[in-house]
Amino acid sequence: MDLGSISVVLLVASIMVSATPILLAAIGEMVVEKAGVLNLGVEGMMITGAVVGFAFAVNSGSPMFGFVAAALAGALLSSAFALLTQFLLSNQVATGLGLTLVGLGLSSLIGKPYEGIKSPTLPKLDIPILSDLPVVGRMLFSHDIMVYLSLLLVVCVWAFLKYTRAGLILRAVGESHDSAHALGYRVVRVRFLAILFGGACAGLGGAYLSLVRVPQWTEGMTAGAGWIALAIVVFASWRAGRILVGAYLFGGVTVLQLNLQAAGANVPVALLSASPYLITILVLIVISARGAHGAPASLARPFHASS
Amino acid sequence: MADTLLSITGLTKAYPGVVANDDVSFDIRTGEIHALLGENGAGKSTLVKMIYGLVAPDRGSMRIDGAAFAPGSPSEARQSGVAMVFQHFSLFDALDVAENVSLGMDDPPKPGALAARIRDVSEAYGLPLDPHRLVGTLSAGERQRVEIIRCLLQDPRLLIMDEPTSVLTPQEVEILFETLRKLKTEGTAILYISHKLEEIRTLCDHATILRRGKKVATCTPAEETARKLAEMMVGSSFATPVAQSRTRGDVLLEIRSLSLPAPDAFSTPLRDVSFAVAAGEVLGIGGVAGNGQDELLAALSGERIAPAGTVALKGKDIARLGPVARRDAGLLSGPEERLGHAAAPNMSLIENGVLTAARRENLVSRGFIGWGDARRFAERVIDAFDVRTPGPGVAARALSGGNLQKFVVGREILQRPDVLVLNQPTWGVDAAAAAAIRQAILDLAAKGAAIVVISQDLDELMEISDRFAALNEGRLSAARPVAELDMEKIGLMMGGAHDMEVAHDVH
Repeated sequence: MDLGSISVVLLVASIMVSATPILLAAIGEMVVEKAGVLNLGVEGMMITGAVVGFAFAVNSGSPMFGFVAAALAGALLSSAFALLTQFLLSNQVATGLGLTLVGLGLSSLIGKPYEGIKSPTLPKLDIPILSDLPVVGRMLFSHDIMVYLSLLLVVCVWAFLKYTRAGLILRAVGESHDSAHALGYRVVRVRFLAILFGGACAGLGGAYLSLVRVPQWTEGMTAGAGWIALAIVVFASWRAGRILVGAYLFGGVTVLQLNLQAAGANVPVALLSASPYLITILVLIVISARGAHGAPASLARPFHASS
Repeated sequence: MADTLLSITGLTKAYPGVVANDDVSFDIRTGEIHALLGENGAGKSTLVKMIYGLVAPDRGSMRIDGAAFAPGSPSEARQSGVAMVFQHFSLFDALDVAENVSLGMDDPPKPGALAARIRDVSEAYGLPLDPHRLVGTLSAGERQRVEIIRCLLQDPRLLIMDEPTSVLTPQEVEILFETLRKLKTEGTAILYISHKLEEIRTLCDHATILRRGKKVATCTPAEETARKLAEMMVGSSFATPVAQSRTRGDVLLEIRSLSLPAPDAFSTPLRDVSFAVAAGEVLGIGGVAGNGQDELLAALSGERIAPAGTVALKGKDIARLGPVARRDAGLLSGPEERLGHAAAPNMSLIENGVLTAARRENLVSRGFIGWGDARRFAERVIDAFDVRTPGPGVAARALSGGNLQKFVVGREILQRPDVLVLNQPTWGVDAAAAAAIRQAILDLAAKGAAIVVISQDLDELMEISDRFAALNEGRLSAARPVAELDMEKIGLMMGGAHDMEVAHDVH
């Protein structure tokens, strides 16, 4: 094994790239869960975003246009979930699982003509001065715009939930929808909007995979990233800052195991490939063993203003 | 003082299958405390929801100060000066006091200014509160203060209070009444919902009584007897439970230094609980909700296994046995929550009977249920306890609260327990059914069973128990004969007024 072949600068830089899709999907799902809704369809919305974003980027030649289309596609798919769970009161778990299946099937249908094509990808930003810094410049300051937007989004979500009245209402709805309803808040409307936001974020995350990370379309390319995003929300105890830590940890392990494989580590490849998932499970077990950790009290409970 | 603030004319609201309010009319004057009296299901909640804009009436109208008042949402009601303190608190455990208050206001000030105003108002009305405490950590009395302060910050002209005293100790009730009287002198009208008649007689200027959705009367409660008010509520007279003379036998159930950690973050641990109950005796256990009642029931019924040597039935240690083994040994129990704990809501009364009586009544042989026997057992319960139901095949959730409660209590009593533990046996049950259940408890004790009744209804405990003990933060006071007790002593046993005076001195 040749650990010397692993460059720290490249490693950190690629961790940021590899963590971004999960970060986007997880921060969106966190907002959804904060509003008291459990949407297990993240994987389906991600892969739909991936294929739609890819198709629009290839046809228009503009990756930014692809991202916008992916966000809209994710939101559109999630609106089906919102309609079913918020108005027709269907079971959230079953509906979410269904959404994932629909997304996987839909994406392979849409994606058939696009297999094997290379998409236009996002240019690296050359942030003046900062990106010229030695080491740190290449590590942190020469990425594409979505990496920075995803970080900005985490800060915005954190500030929104902590400091704004709308954020307080969203948390209140997730905490006790009966109380929120009694005080006159529109529980279903708040949840609907949160679900759309979560869908859009998942779509963006998927598009980042197919437009930047890989960048091409292959069937089933999210490979469980949506499930990891769901796990990271729990791992993060529904806090924006910890979502960032969780996503970067997962991204870090993913990249590191790739590097270890390339460096010829004396560990079975299958085990290395599975390691990010294994470590996610381990961390979740450790966190859960600590007991209560701040899940919104109304999470996944259906609400109907009947009483 | 005599001018009308809110005038209600002909309010009607029907839900599928039931008319919740039928042509209800009455007036509330400025600066009066007006009681709204009625049994569960009489339509009190629907009426106040219409005043607070949560439910739109089918017919009828309301006027405030002579101007038409038809709130489409709670926010519109608040703008007209109507505020409401909810029965099941409209609070958010994971948010702090200031955030909770802010959510109940339409135009909240900046967080810093709001915290200062919460402090000011809470001081002015003798309801001390720290704006930055998490609501989940507050006692029931403190949680109610959050609700009241949320209302007071909006200078309401009409304050609606839905069963405010059901979670308070007698001392806390006194403090609440002081606050309400102070508000009254400032010209705030209060609509006070309760079914505690003595309270209403001491506090309220007028009372409107509802029965099955219709207004029965508006009267001056101080001029009526509690008995008269109760009969107006129920619509007929009913028998008060009578205790037969009982002889105290051997100790059947003995708890020795029982401690159990809290099962989760919002529960209470049991701390060194000891008591003994003898044959023919009823032990009443009181206390404010959330002080360990559910945890004590679980430890006695066997839902939670206790440390060896802490629970003895007829001298034998049963602490390590589960519910089935304890039932076999003669200890039966009825938990507080009817739907979901004492009975499975979607299962029939026959099936619910089998769930606890299968072994004691031999309803199962070789793993197969004997449905004929099961049906006869359910029918026996229905007959003996006057459960009003179309038949034993009806789902438990289809019964009214009082009838289902009679069924679940009767189901245990007919199994001839040696020891019976009940939690809130008459919670949310109409007066006639409550009287029947209390009579059944007394009759069972007269036959030589030892009975533990956990309840938050002090009047009930005074009526049926021989001895009384209070739970406070998971500790049980020494049991004292009921004859020696008055409300003040009981209040002190329950922990008095939680930190009221102490907190007052801080700022």
